[in-house]
Amino acid sequence: MKLLITGATLPNGEVTDLLVENGRFAEASDSSKGATVIDASGLQALPGLVDLHTHLREPGFEQSETVLTGSRAAAIGGFTAVHAMANTSPVGDTAAVVEQVHSLGRHHGYVTVRPIGAVTAGLSGERLSEIGAMARSRASVTVFSDDGKCVSDALLMRRALEYVKTFGGVIAQHAQDPRLTEDAQMNEGTLSGELGLVGWPAVAEESVIARDVLLAQHVDARLHICHLSTAGSVEVIRWAKARGIKVTAEVTPHHLLLTEELARGYDSRFKVNPPLRRDEDVQALRSALADGTIDIVATDHAPHPIESKEAAWDDASFGMVGLESALSVVQLAMVDTGMLGWPDVARVLSSKPAEIGRLVGYDRAFAVGSRAQFTLFDPTASRVFDVSSLRGKGVNSPYLGRQLPGRVITTVHDGYPTVLDGELVDAATVAESAGRLDD
Amino acid sequence: MRHLLSTRDLDRETAIEILDVAEDMADVAIREVKKLPTLRNKTVINLFFEDSTRTRTSFELAAKRLSADLINFSAKGSSVSKGESLKDTAQTLAAMGADAVVIRHSASGAPRVLADSGWIDAAILNAGDGTHEHPTQALLDAFTIRKRLHGSASRGRDLDGVAVTIVGDILHSRVARSNVWLLNTLGASVRLVAPATLLPPGVEHWPVELGFDLDDAVDAGPDAIMMLRIQAERMHAAYFPSAGEYSRQWGLDDERFNRLRADTMVMHPGPMNRGLEISSRAADSGQSTVLEQVANGVSIRMAVLYLLLSGAVEQGRAS
Amino acid sequence: MTARVVLQPADITRALTRISHEILESVGSSASELVILGIPTRGVVLAQRIAAILESIEPGSGTVGSLDVTMYRDDLSAQPTRPPSPTQIPAGGIDGKTVVLVDDVLFSGRTIRAALDAIGDHGRPRAVRLAVLVDRGHRELPIRADFVGKNLPTSLDERIAVRLDETDGREEVTITR
Ligand SMILES: [Zn+2]
Repeated sequence: MKLLITGATLPNGEVTDLLVENGRFAEASDSSKGATVIDASGLQALPGLVDLHTHLREPGFEQSETVLTGSRAAAIGGFTAVHAMANTSPVGDTAAVVEQVHSLGRHHGYVTVRPIGAVTAGLSGERLSEIGAMARSRASVTVFSDDGKCVSDALLMRRALEYVKTFGGVIAQHAQDPRLTEDAQMNEGTLSGELGLVGWPAVAEESVIARDVLLAQHVDARLHICHLSTAGSVEVIRWAKARGIKVTAEVTPHHLLLTEELARGYDSRFKVNPPLRRDEDVQALRSALADGTIDIVATDHAPHPIESKEAAWDDASFGMVGLESALSVVQLAMVDTGMLGWPDVARVLSSKPAEIGRLVGYDRAFAVGSRAQFTLFDPTASRVFDVSSLRGKGVNSPYLGRQLPGRVITTVHDGYPTVLDGELVDAATVAESAGRLDD
Repeated sequence: MRHLLSTRDLDRETAIEILDVAEDMADVAIREVKKLPTLRNKTVINLFFEDSTRTRTSFELAAKRLSADLINFSAKGSSVSKGESLKDTAQTLAAMGADAVVIRHSASGAPRVLADSGWIDAAILNAGDGTHEHPTQALLDAFTIRKRLHGSASRGRDLDGVAVTIVGDILHSRVARSNVWLLNTLGASVRLVAPATLLPPGVEHWPVELGFDLDDAVDAGPDAIMMLRIQAERMHAAYFPSAGEYSRQWGLDDERFNRLRADTMVMHPGPMNRGLEISSRAADSGQSTVLEQVANGVSIRMAVLYLLLSGAVEQGRAS
Repeated sequence: MTARVVLQPADITRALTRISHEILESVGSSASELVILGIPTRGVVLAQRIAAILESIEPGSGTVGSLDVTMYRDDLSAQPTRPPSPTQIPAGGIDGKTVVLVDDVLFSGRTIRAALDAIGDHGRPRAVRLAVLVDRGHRELPIRADFVGKNLPTSLDERIAVRLDETDGREEVTITR
């Protein structure tokens, strides 16, 4: 398959044609003959987005999402790779489970699916899972996380940080002190007190991050902190980086845009872990992403069946879907506010998450010879985001009914299109394209 | 009024209207025929996800005195998951033609979810949701205070200048929250007294005075002192060390009761833990309004049911 | 829209005086057993005026109270919510008495039906009579007034407005088309 993209605007502002051949970028001047031409004039070309934090739910929770439906949601959002969290059933704590997820991803072909391995067996927080076996498996797991739960035992966390060094891996910590957040429902503050919802104090996140950066320093290991949500967490990360600790941090699109005020109507679409925080926190997270204290944006895409959200707040599940809306939300919160340019977006949503996850092929975007992973995005578009904007199984998006800027027009994964003219390429065609590459 | 979900969004005029209508309802309670035909052909459903014989009975009596058809729908112990059951139950009640649903739920905001859901078109009346609000309790408390102060000349009056002290587990109390908003709206000044562990986060932004010391609050001479029920289980979650220490620090014992002004009302939403947050002498004294509160509860609930279920059809509620 | 005055202040006073005499005539020697009950809002004012006239003619015959019928209406959901008004039954009660209900305008008869139900919940009078300032016709129930200030045949699209000094600051009955 040969693709010629004409008139695309690269992140650095350069307008150029791009030739894609045999899955890689090629010199556009020669041999463009016979290529399928995609007109990209006026569109922003971005390297394929890489999500370091996705819940694909398969195996075990296929009523919420599957590898296929989650991959489709990712592609329509401009992603070409996702890292699938281990809180499935069975848990992704063995080579067998992660290889299954990995191969499902390859088979469907919309995105590269990279399983994340559990840190502890069964996410129980009691003993390490088979980290080495997962690292050495065909899934080549590099990121380990008990996400959804915190590795709260300090000794276990220390051992995990040390042990993954053996395989060049990284621990991604879901920082939440379990005792300080028993029954917690929303950010602890004036609003939680008024609404009568059990508060989730910022310190429950910040204290774990503080402990873990010190542990990482002590054992000289890499540490990644999932979904920072408070201004205090930003301060801890800033302090740790200044001391040379090898810590990276992520923020979700929703924590860059939404505040706890949305809980006022008890609409459980806004119930998420970690909870939406105050406006001061949102502003601090934006600044930290802009100045590099926070390294990346990750979606924490968390689909749920409709009935688990159609309930009283206390009884509803935590989580929001985010793959389909991520780039638009980042544009709204960071680009349209002047805090990030498109090269920065390329960094926080593609090259840097790939680097943290040791995902190859994302370090030289658009360079001749590199794998062709990219998306064409129309930042001038504006749309009311609604259920029809979603492609996964979950409709638990906090943005339904909201005006959002920008729209993904084309996504190309490994040199073949997964999204064309703003719509998904059908599953059979994508699987066939993916299969041809494998041969 | 379409629903009654909280006192926080009641304006002064509406609050006084409810209290005034309750005065008329109280008049009915002292005549020979205690029943009014007002809500004939209306169906009121008591939907209690949490046990509360007192509140349920009070609503039941109120609905029956207004000749409504009253059905007790106990949702507790149902085998379906909680989330499913709220939606399914609501749709079931809608299909049965409920005109009003009186809901008690352990989750804060459940009545609001029901009102906003579109699952059911009935008027929703919050009979206590989690640690959020219990609006009819606050209304009956305000009614009780007004009646003690102004007797038969109560109609039309607010609570300007009245000082009310609320003591105890404010953090977990829906009664306290509803009272704070309503008393404030009616012009009363509210003082909260509790150990720091039992004050809600952000309480310093509430329209109240705060204190940790009950003795100071007693000596300030409030017009009414409201003792909240303390649940002994709280000590297991380290909110306070022991029932004994709680009682010594924050209980209305005989000694503190003696120091109160002779006309300070002693209030309690019930059920009381005698000897823990309130002494028997205080509870049984002439200053105690505990039984008046129970009687007034029926009048308030009649008033609210009347105001919710009469009146021209708003927002598509079927007539 | 034109409003036409059909009763002037003097007409209203005259009508109430005549009604008072007719009431006394109708009860003969048992005038002290009369209870005049006004239906809020303007019926209460009219009842008080009638009671005062009765009292001036025959002391002891002017026992007056008010009877709210809001809670007895059968058209609650067809009207805006209205708070009920107080009911004041005179100390002697109404058992065995002759109750004269007083209202400003008699129209469909539904208010009076509600009033009869309400009276039943307060006691058992010997007889119930009805006095109205204006009878405009269009009854929907078999109810008629015993004492009428003025019969005013109207069409359904006309509106009758009774205004009294105590409630409205002026005194007139108008008909508006
Ligand atoms: Zn997480």
